[in-house]
Amino acid sequence: MKRLVLLAVAAMLLMGAGDRRSGYDDASADTRAMQDDDAANPAFLWVQQGESLWSAAEGAAGKSCADCHGDVSAMRGVAPRYPAFEPKHGRPITLEERINLCRTDHMGAAAFAWNDDKLLSLSALIGLQSRGMPVAAKAQEPFLSEGAALFRERMGQLNLSCAQCHEERAGLKLAGSLIPQGHPNGYPEYRLEWQGMGSFYRRLRNCMIGVRAEPFAPDSREAADLALFLAVRANGMKVETPAVRP
Amino acid sequence: MVRVLINVPKQIHANEPFEVKVLISHPMESGQRRDQMGQAIPRDIINHFIATLDGETVLDADFFPAIAANPFLSFSVVAEKSGTLALTFVDDHGVTQTELTAITVT
Repeated sequence: MKRLVLLAVAAMLLMGAGDRRSGYDDASADTRAMQDDDAANPAFLWVQQGESLWSAAEGAAGKSCADCHGDVSAMRGVAPRYPAFEPKHGRPITLEERINLCRTDHMGAAAFAWNDDKLLSLSALIGLQSRGMPVAAKAQEPFLSEGAALFRERMGQLNLSCAQCHEERAGLKLAGSLIPQGHPNGYPEYRLEWQGMGSFYRRLRNCMIGVRAEPFAPDSREAADLALFLAVRANGMKVETPAVRP
Repeated sequence: MVRVLINVPKQIHANEPFEVKVLISHPMESGQRRDQMGQAIPRDIINHFIATLDGETVLDADFFPAIAANPFLSFSVVAEKSGTLALTFVDDHGVTQTELTAITVT
């Protein structure tokens, strides 16, 4: 009997490790239908804007994204690698930070604010090129361990860690909403709650404000480390950018 | 100018209904919300939507608050021959925008 219980527990643990659920799997049929149909997915309004921005020259250098990178289809396979290491910063940076770095260093243009629609449009367009590919973030130390530590660190007045909701209580409810496992495979995504588009950073910021903590800055090492940890945790899952979530 | 995505089937048969899908980027502010200072946020919605096929009205709709931001519209149209589908909408600022799409009947 004891052995049977042990076996059952072991089986549950194994299932827990293998049973990674994208937010898509837990979304309602209506929300999934919105994501499945590009004509019904509001995020494609941003993708459409991204397409015109891709070839629009801006900044002192008079260059557009397309002048260096060519057609945007060449960006296939890029987004799943992010956050990727950037020597200039000495740490991994997110795709949004990379776009801003291109703007300031190569285009001579001002960086976008973290929630600028144009930045989301470009990252949605670049992410879309890799839709269906597996997330393939490179495990980089010490950043990965730092991200993992942040994930388990209690923070804010409510004194909660990311892991307490998105690991220990994933699949349960928070005020009627399902708690997802928190895989970042659909960003930037259209969130019905926001009635708009948002990056991974926006999600992180909302969670941190929710536990009444001071959010990490958008260009901080902490935000990138956490993004890296979650990306590595989701390695192998399919990119869904631009996803639709409740 | 707001961004609009229009989707019609590539293959349309004469006198058979086909689905038109439209996404419009619009805040659709209901006028019921207040900002952080307690001031009412003025209503800003698309209040009228007309679809015409070669000048003939196929859909004429009044919109009201409580439609989500970035509205998605889907409706069926029957065409006898190829033509131009014109989608016109008016928002609370009185701005009118028209988007044209070619319909090819095979």
